[in-house]
Amino acid sequence: MIRVEGVSKTFEQRGGAGYTALDDIAFEVGKGEFVSILGPSGCGKSTLLNLVAGLERADKGRVEVSGKKVNAPGPDRIVVFQDHALYPWLTVLENVAFGLKQKRIKKEERHERAMEQIRAVHLGKFADRYPHELSGGMKQRVAIARALVMDPEILLMDEPFAALDEQTRLLLHKELEQIWLNTGKTILFITHNIREAVTLSDRVLVMSTRPGRIKKEFRVQAARPREAGDSLLHHIESQIMNTLAAELAKVAKEEYGDDYNLEKSPLSHSAVSNLGDGI
Amino acid sequence: MQWGWRFPSALQTIQTFCDGIANGQLLQATLSSLRRIIIAFVLSCAIGITLGVLFARSRLLDETFGFAVVALQTVPSIAWLPFAIIWFGLNDFAVLFITTIGATWTMTIASRSGIKNIPPIYLKSAQMFGTGRGIRLFYQVMIPAAIPQLITGMRMAWAFAWRALVSGELIARGVGLGQMLEEGRSIGDTSLMLCIVLVIAILGTISDYFVFKRVEDRIWNQYGLNTAKT
Ligand SMILES: Nc1ncnc2c1ncn2[C@@H]1O[C@H](COP(=O)(O)OP(=O)(O)O)[C@@H](O)[C@H]1O
Ligand SMILES: [Mg+2]
Repeated sequence: MIRVEGVSKTFEQRGGAGYTALDDIAFEVGKGEFVSILGPSGCGKSTLLNLVAGLERADKGRVEVSGKKVNAPGPDRIVVFQDHALYPWLTVLENVAFGLKQKRIKKEERHERAMEQIRAVHLGKFADRYPHELSGGMKQRVAIARALVMDPEILLMDEPFAALDEQTRLLLHKELEQIWLNTGKTILFITHNIREAVTLSDRVLVMSTRPGRIKKEFRVQAARPREAGDSLLHHIESQIMNTLAAELAKVAKEEYGDDYNLEKSPLSHSAVSNLGDGI
Repeated sequence: MQWGWRFPSALQTIQTFCDGIANGQLLQATLSSLRRIIIAFVLSCAIGITLGVLFARSRLLDETFGFAVVALQTVPSIAWLPFAIIWFGLNDFAVLFITTIGATWTMTIASRSGIKNIPPIYLKSAQMFGTGRGIRLFYQVMIPAAIPQLITGMRMAWAFAWRALVSGELIARGVGLGQMLEEGRSIGDTSLMLCIVLVIAILGTISDYFVFKRVEDRIWNQYGLNTAKT
């Protein structure tokens, strides 16, 4: 379904020398699979997702979706962004129907289809509100409805729940899993939260930073729907944490200078599980 | 030296106002001034938005002529009146010209920054949903995204146009509030002069407060921008 081969991406920087955000990335995502990409902030996750979305171009390598080379954004791959990107001048209903309008579907039908998705994310009562009247979690739900109404083959999610509070996030995990189980969409999900990645995905690709590479892959073969108490999930979580400890030290070193040492000041469990969210 | 007639009393002014209304002169002057400002305002919005969009979209244009617009904006529009008189004569056209000029640059600058400040993510997701890069993107995303700044620009443009209009009318011939003010001066009727000044102030307040500010507030509310603005 998604096939990324030897992809590299370098950004221009002030001062001349290019910054290699992604270096020789390769992976595949099968049809109907739920795959997460996990890595610390700044490791190139969004860049990678944008390449698959067609919002950016790779310098080297090849990105294919359904056997075709990606070179522009398209309605078969919809991105759910971290800051929702809903249009503030449109109501919830109009936002969700926006993509259908571009397909020149008649108003009545597109509103009907949009309403169906809005109800599916439990926002039936809020259809005529404007985005700023909604909470963060509701906005993300609208963004998901707006993506699903296009019936894309692939859903690309760039840290969609990162800005939400813990309760809302857990709720949306359940809802997203249910949506995925019902629709069988292929989902590429980006996060810096280990638990989120493990709870949701079939596979977790762990990225290393500077330059961004895929460091290791973990398969999560726990039963669906996932249970928070599943010991398999916890086991994989701690495996990933070990893999990432080295990465974290690298990030911390770059931010605090070379004298920083992970052994001397062990990070708390929660700091590691959020990949240095707080540092 | 007799000072009395130079400072009209409130009573005199009200009297003049009622007379002006009764014989239709004041009303006619007001209407023709309004007609001029509306024509000039519509023109300057159309020209300003077009130029603003061009500047926002074309880096080349922006870097070559962008600065000229900022410079032009600093020129009081009345400074163009001598040119206008040479080109069009002392008539309606001249007044329309300087009124339009007076509002256009502000509108250009406001729409340029309105378009430039659109969050890139709006444009990216629009393309994902299939607007393409052409006219659909323009009127379904770029214009609505820039609306709050466009409205604020229009409010300023209206105020500039109003100023330019009165100064133009003072000098050029034709029916209008500015011209009536000038007539008042030539016959030494200060109560008429004060009466006109009051009409100008009232019209300005009504149009700004009850039209532009209302629309601006409503739009800013709808866009959820009011948290940043008290
Ligand atoms: N347009 C850009 N120009 C220059 N550098 C960029 C650009 N986009 C991203 N980067 C850099 O590339 C790196 C990876 O960014 P990003 O993909 O957003 O990381 P992540 O999503 O994992 O936090 C960062 O160091 C960022 O500064
Ligand atoms: Mg990111």
